[in-house]
Amino acid sequence: MDTPNLNSSFPASLGRAFIFFVQELGGITVFFLKGLALIFTWPPQVRRTLDQLYFIGAQSIPIVMLTGLATGMVLGLQGYYALAGVGSEGALGSIVALTLIREMGPVLTAIMLTARAGSAMAAEIGVMRISEQIDALQTMQINPLRYLISPRIAAALVSFPLLTALFDMVGIFGGFLTGSMLLKMNPYLYFHRVRASVEMDDVTGGFIKAVVFAVIVITICCYQGYTTHRRQGGFGARGVSNSTTRAVVMSCVLILVSDYVITSLLR
Amino acid sequence: MSQPLIQIVDLCKSFSGQKVLNGANLSIYKGEITTIIGKSGGGKSVLLKHIIGLLEPDSGQVLFDGMPISSMNKAQKKAWRSKISYVFQNAALFDSLTVFDNIAMPLVETRRVSKEEVAAAVEKRLAQLDIGAIGNKYPSQISGGMQKRVSLARALITAPEVVLFDEPTTGLDPIRKSAVLSMVSSYQRRLGFTGVMVSHEIPDIFFISQRVAMLDKGKVVFEGPPEDLQRSDKPVIIEFLQGLEQPRDALTGMGTQQQLSKSYEAESDRSARTAQAFCLVVFSLDNLEEITEQSTHVMAQTVMANFAAELGRHLRVFDSCARYGFDRILVVMPNTGMNEAKKLIERISRSLQRKNVVPIAPYPDFCLMVSAGFAQAGADESIEAVLERAANDEKNVYTFKVC
Repeated sequence: MDTPNLNSSFPASLGRAFIFFVQELGGITVFFLKGLALIFTWPPQVRRTLDQLYFIGAQSIPIVMLTGLATGMVLGLQGYYALAGVGSEGALGSIVALTLIREMGPVLTAIMLTARAGSAMAAEIGVMRISEQIDALQTMQINPLRYLISPRIAAALVSFPLLTALFDMVGIFGGFLTGSMLLKMNPYLYFHRVRASVEMDDVTGGFIKAVVFAVIVITICCYQGYTTHRRQGGFGARGVSNSTTRAVVMSCVLILVSDYVITSLLR
Repeated sequence: MSQPLIQIVDLCKSFSGQKVLNGANLSIYKGEITTIIGKSGGGKSVLLKHIIGLLEPDSGQVLFDGMPISSMNKAQKKAWRSKISYVFQNAALFDSLTVFDNIAMPLVETRRVSKEEVAAAVEKRLAQLDIGAIGNKYPSQISGGMQKRVSLARALITAPEVVLFDEPTTGLDPIRKSAVLSMVSSYQRRLGFTGVMVSHEIPDIFFISQRVAMLDKGKVVFEGPPEDLQRSDKPVIIEFLQGLEQPRDALTGMGTQQQLSKSYEAESDRSARTAQAFCLVVFSLDNLEEITEQSTHVMAQTVMANFAAELGRHLRVFDSCARYGFDRILVVMPNTGMNEAKKLIERISRSLQRKNVVPIAPYPDFCLMVSAGFAQAGADESIEAVLERAANDEKNVYTFKVC
């Protein structure tokens, strides 16, 4: 009688996938915690952190402003017609501000930063991995996590909340442009509703999300690049491209999933 | 023999179920250059990466100064790592940093030195490696050969005790290949570091290595001096060396050392049968080291190549010649007695003195100093024994200048 091949059975595959998932999760967590802890080691990496702040933060300002403006304008337009249907167009300022500050600001900013900075980081670190630059750091007694990852974590933790705030501000202004300038709504009423409806908890919640998303994006993107060589076919240009794709997809999915979790916890 | 500085004991390593190292044993001694040779994909680089700790073995151990690396504590590991440098096969330079910053990196990141000291050290290495003009360029803006030299400069900037070279000359032209190897050799003599090199550059590696190890099927099948390797009758070694043998020496365009040895043996047999005399002449470029110091290794090797080309033109068609070290050329002169050999050398020296073999003089009034020693080969006398007599018998050493 033939013995069934247990290694290829469905439960075995499921088990392997689960073990891989747990290992990856553990690996990512340790990767982030080490990177975070190394921020506080002496001497401080001021120059490298500033470089990353410029790359993740300053260079993302145009795209964040553009996205924020477009989102605010669309919200203003859609919100106005929806509210006008029930005779409540005066609440447009509240709708735009709360939607942006609580949800869309942090989420869209994080997604835009994943696309602009996260993908670049995954690719850059991936290339450094396959061209042995990371091995070279180790041979020179330079901790690659400290040198490459810690400045990025520090810069992301600062940049994400600031860019989210910028996105929110520009978005609210976008809502004002469509609501007041195009659709002739009273501008005083728009900003009065914004001020009256937004509370400190909303702003804090938005910032908490921005910080969580910063951790997710930076950890996933850097980890994927850093471990390019460990994956199947993780060599050459294709290995880097696979890592970059995986980094962007995983980051976006986790941003959306964690957004739901944080929102339900903050209620 | 003294205690090895690095000892590799029963090292095994597999990747995706494929055994790359299968119980490799190797001893590396302090102050020597050990070259690891073997077929491509045979695990030479993997072995090197175990020595510096970039890879962990599946089983077996690497001992440094008698202590297993795996049992070292954090401070011991730090001390061990600070003593070792690594020259990567593909240079592994940081493409977002300039050449200057790449070389300075180990000093800037791991040592407490002033900016001026860093700049002085980097400038010195840049000049020594003949890459002084590219300090402000990025790795992508320079050639592969230059990248190799930058990588070498980066490895040597901290004056390490052990330097691991992973095919440092791959992709270089013959002059730069010889220049890099002669530089490794001269640095090794000057700084006294222990070198471990993966290379296929035969015969050049024989000139600079005190020991050679051959890796085959994951095991070290030979370990010892290069002369013993060349004399080995193991089929696996003979097959490997014959596979690498080139019809001509790339630097000089002359025959190979193996071919010269065969010519010598053939002449020796003929001489024993027919009683016809034959001579061995050794041309030594006495101030090649000085050229290196005053100018560059590349210049020194260019001079060697030019000299060899000129010498080749003046030898007879039936003479056999080959490079025998970084500064020596050996010629086997069949059917030639001592008087005839002397006349021939005098004629060659007169002719060579009119040639310009030094492209740019390293200093004013520079002349290349050449000594040509000759000796008649006796029956059953080894080539090394005749060479010894030719080089050291002052009566039969003819010295001349090429200006």
